[in-house]
Amino acid sequence: MKFKSRDRSSHPPYILPPYKSSLTRGPKTEPIIVPQSLTELTGPAYDESIVGELDHDLTRNGQTNGEPIGERLIITGRILDENGDAAANTLVEIWQANAAGRYVHTNDQHDAPLDPNFLGAGRALTDDEGWYKFTTIRPGAYPWGNHYNAWRPTHIHFSLLGPNIMTRLITQMYFEGDPLIPFDPIFAGSPAGAKDRLVAKFSLELTEPGFALAYRFDIVLRGPEATPFEA
Amino acid sequence: MPKSFKQTPSQTVGPFFAYGLTPRQYGYNFGEIASSQLTKSDTKGERISIIGKLYDGTGTPMANAVIEIWQADSEGNYAPLYTKDKFFGYGRVGTGTDPENRFVIETIKPGRVDDQQAPHIALIIMSRGIMQHVYTRLYFSDEAEANAKDPVLNALPAERKTTLIAERKQNEDRTEYHFDIYMQGENETVFLEF
Ligand SMILES: [Fe+3]
Repeated sequence: MKFKSRDRSSHPPYILPPYKSSLTRGPKTEPIIVPQSLTELTGPAYDESIVGELDHDLTRNGQTNGEPIGERLIITGRILDENGDAAANTLVEIWQANAAGRYVHTNDQHDAPLDPNFLGAGRALTDDEGWYKFTTIRPGAYPWGNHYNAWRPTHIHFSLLGPNIMTRLITQMYFEGDPLIPFDPIFAGSPAGAKDRLVAKFSLELTEPGFALAYRFDIVLRGPEATPFEA
Repeated sequence: MPKSFKQTPSQTVGPFFAYGLTPRQYGYNFGEIASSQLTKSDTKGERISIIGKLYDGTGTPMANAVIEIWQADSEGNYAPLYTKDKFFGYGRVGTGTDPENRFVIETIKPGRVDDQQAPHIALIIMSRGIMQHVYTRLYFSDEAEANAKDPVLNALPAERKTTLIAERKQNEDRTEYHFDIYMQGENETVFLEF
């Protein structure tokens, strides 16, 4: 078996001048392409035993004395590969700012309140059809030091493992209609035709009436090359 | 109408991954799925510590990066599925909790996974400022004979091979492999694509 390569027309470049820290941190030499061996065709795989009961529910997994503040949301979607096949049993890890745009992180100096009932981290395993589902709070936008008056659009960070180490993906999910999206150099760094794949769509259908609005975010990972027929 | 399935773009892991990816290491009250400690008391194989720093283009050790490793057990087998009791060759370490921004991984030296490749460990590197994670490999300085025949090392320009070889050092009763990674510059580490 052989997996398709990382598709250059889908990913941002390493050196992305409007995003300042990429200038000193992205490699400047082309990577060297080597054959896929057992090392690359395997990877960490988990089953349900790794996922705790509240891990997918960020409105409950960080509570200390009550409900977190903010607008509850369902974030759900399918993880697929490039052939449209479901990536079952894929570990999805997310982290995000709270409703005020503040991360529970000592390095986050943004002068916005922490929420004692919100951690902002979750994990879930996809089902046989590749579906994952989180309940969370809509994150707030936050300022950052990249340039004068820089604000990150509201976003949720995603980490995916997939079937092997080549399918590893770290990405960010943005929200349809966010007016900050066109001003964000990190979002803007992806190729024109690919950017839309980072934007979750509002879905009335997936909403839980009386409880939470829903956004759908599907993710496509590298997939296996089509296998020729064997005699 | 056939729908097209194109890869979702990669995005930087950002500076605030700690409580999502490595919560225990950074002291958050949330379980983690992988850590820098791969060995258990009954793990078979030679115990080693992998120690290094990740440098940016200004020569500064990066304080907010995550390094992941994937490796075989001492007999050269990759674990098919995580189980609590068996060796699982997946590790994760952030560079932000060590006073010198080192990464330190406690593991075992892997066996050979096939009859062509020298023993090695796959690495994935993510950080603020890195828009797509990079892949590299760690090889062992005391495996010169196997390294000389390794197909991946042999695909590299001769002068850059050494960037993938970790230096073995005996530190009292601890076996250390020192492996610094350079994102840019004269000694830029070889990054791999497959
Ligand atoms: Fe963020």
